[in-house]
Amino acid sequence: MRMSKIVRTGANLLYPFILIFGLYVIMHGHLTPGGGFQGGAVVATGVALVIVAYSFEEVTSMIKKVGMKARESIGLLIFIGAGIGALAVGAPFFSNFLAHSGLLFGQSIPSGPNPGDLNTAGVIPIMNLAVGIEVWGGLAIIVLYMLSSIPKEGS
Amino acid sequence: MIPAFIVTHSPALMIIAPLVGAFLSPFICRISSTVRSIWVGGAMAVTSAIALILALNVYSAGTRLYVFGASTASAAIPPDSGGIPIRIIFEIDPMSALMLVITAISGFAIIVYSLSSERSHTGLESYYTLYLLMITGILGMVSTGDIFNFFVFLEILSLASAGLIAYRIDGGVAVEAALKYFVLSTIGALAILVAIGIYYGQYNALNMAMIAARMQFSVLDQVALVLIIAALAMKCGAVPMHFWTPDAYSMAPSSITALLVVASQASLYGLFRTVFTLYNVTLNAATVGWLIIILGVLSMVVGVTMAIPQKNVKRLMAYHAVSQTGYMLLGVGVGLAVLGNQSLLDAFGYMAMEGGIFHIINHAMYKGLLFLTAGAIFLRLGTYNLNRMGGLGHSMKWTMVFFVIGALAIAGIPPFNGFASKIMIYESVFVFNPLLAVIAMVVSILTLASFVKVFHSIFMGPALPEYSEVKEAPMPMLAGMGILAVVVILFGLFPGIVVESLIAPAAHALVDQGAYVAAVLGGV
Repeated sequence: MRMSKIVRTGANLLYPFILIFGLYVIMHGHLTPGGGFQGGAVVATGVALVIVAYSFEEVTSMIKKVGMKARESIGLLIFIGAGIGALAVGAPFFSNFLAHSGLLFGQSIPSGPNPGDLNTAGVIPIMNLAVGIEVWGGLAIIVLYMLSSIPKEGS
Repeated sequence: MIPAFIVTHSPALMIIAPLVGAFLSPFICRISSTVRSIWVGGAMAVTSAIALILALNVYSAGTRLYVFGASTASAAIPPDSGGIPIRIIFEIDPMSALMLVITAISGFAIIVYSLSSERSHTGLESYYTLYLLMITGILGMVSTGDIFNFFVFLEILSLASAGLIAYRIDGGVAVEAALKYFVLSTIGALAILVAIGIYYGQYNALNMAMIAARMQFSVLDQVALVLIIAALAMKCGAVPMHFWTPDAYSMAPSSITALLVVASQASLYGLFRTVFTLYNVTLNAATVGWLIIILGVLSMVVGVTMAIPQKNVKRLMAYHAVSQTGYMLLGVGVGLAVLGNQSLLDAFGYMAMEGGIFHIINHAMYKGLLFLTAGAIFLRLGTYNLNRMGGLGHSMKWTMVFFVIGALAIAGIPPFNGFASKIMIYESVFVFNPLLAVIAMVVSILTLASFVKVFHSIFMGPALPEYSEVKEAPMPMLAGMGILAVVVILFGLFPGIVVESLIAPAAHALVDQGAYVAAVLGGV
């Protein structure tokens, strides 16, 4: 069932901010409290907000279960891919082969206070990103499936 | 012959192969059913091959360590950690290797069977994803040397199993069984988590070898021991915590039931690992040993007496699974009861433990085989009700042969593998306490009686008119059953070789806590 215009407008306004905040928590997982799971859960609440504001039929045309399932699998694959990457360079599984390498997220930081450099920590931000994508898809699917058992309007 | 890279990284590859298989299968299984079969069959075959390579390596070269995320795979203790192994470590000793062999053989046989038995169902990509996750959970549980990691793999296994038990919704009955299993598993997992917290609070370590080296057996450790034994005895279906097994085993698809048997053996492994490796001689061996013996005897007697009146063939087999778990608890419990007394251990303790451990692998094979035959019968008849079956010996000859092999093995009739392990348990337990051996033999006779009844009502008698259209089970299902049947017969024909090369090293590794600790911490 559709909610009133006020709720829908409010949801429209809030949705991008929730997404951005969630992505911020994911991306800064190695610097600030939070990380992949927490950020992914925040993003998924955005999906839940849209579902609350609009009717189920409208939501399913906007948010596809297939797409969410794909996010779930892709997130997991990136995560395990980051682990396999270590095997490819000859280190044990899950070894942090990108840290201090100068490549992606590979910058070294001097010890002591600093404002927080995003380009550090090696594979950890990649894994945070992977978990974020996975939790986004997974929680959105859970919400969608729980909602799909509600009887249709008028039936 | 085998590339050194695979041997070095086999503990990690063994986990990677099923995980990649599971995560890619939602995409690949959409292409076509043939591609799906090749993909999941291939993923499982690779996993089994790596697990067997690793097990062979452990049996020939001794305990293997694999440190995740370190600079080299053997750097158990980082130089700046103050002597504490902080990383997740896989430690595979001969006991773990034996469990790997069981999982590799059963997992492969069951997926070959599934390719045909589940063909007509929907949602197969989820089925195979969860199947491979279950395999990951079992392999991880039996190889990890980190107790928190054990909990994580246990949870992976429980979640995947719960999803698969509910796979055939069956008007909600299967979902109810899955919910029961899920709630109980969660309670058990929480108990284990509390126990892990107790260890961590006391010893500042999660590594099993480290905890074992620092074990004081304080009051808190006793609480943790009780929590872990209760939770894992529940997970392996020992009486009086067996009540989830008949529901879960009978409502899951038969292929999954066969894998659940392996899963419960992994919990049993966790129980033995805790008692022997974490505590060993610090605990009061006679008391805890007798506790496990009593759990075992209760399971044997209650399981078989509950099995006899069952009308549903899978519920009947589930109660027999409870009963057979009792033999393993009895054998290993006797070994535990005399732990610390070297002369008694040499006289009968090791033999009892070898019998119990041999029974683990035998049980996984013949019980898996029996559940698979039940699944083949269900596929053709659409019922598990014994009263509505009959005369199938005319139409399902191979299924009958496999059923007979499994039934004779579970009843302990030579020359099948059940006899080989049961005779070891009888002989050694008789020296320890004759009454226990007598109970074990009576239970075995009751098992035989029960399976004679089942055999007669399924296969004997004239061909029934309502089943005149029934054909033999399809070829892949027969192949899956055939793999397990061959193992059952081979283990029964050559028990001496198996015990000497697989079982005895496992039993000695379990008792030898010092070697397990030294593999991680160096010569302490």
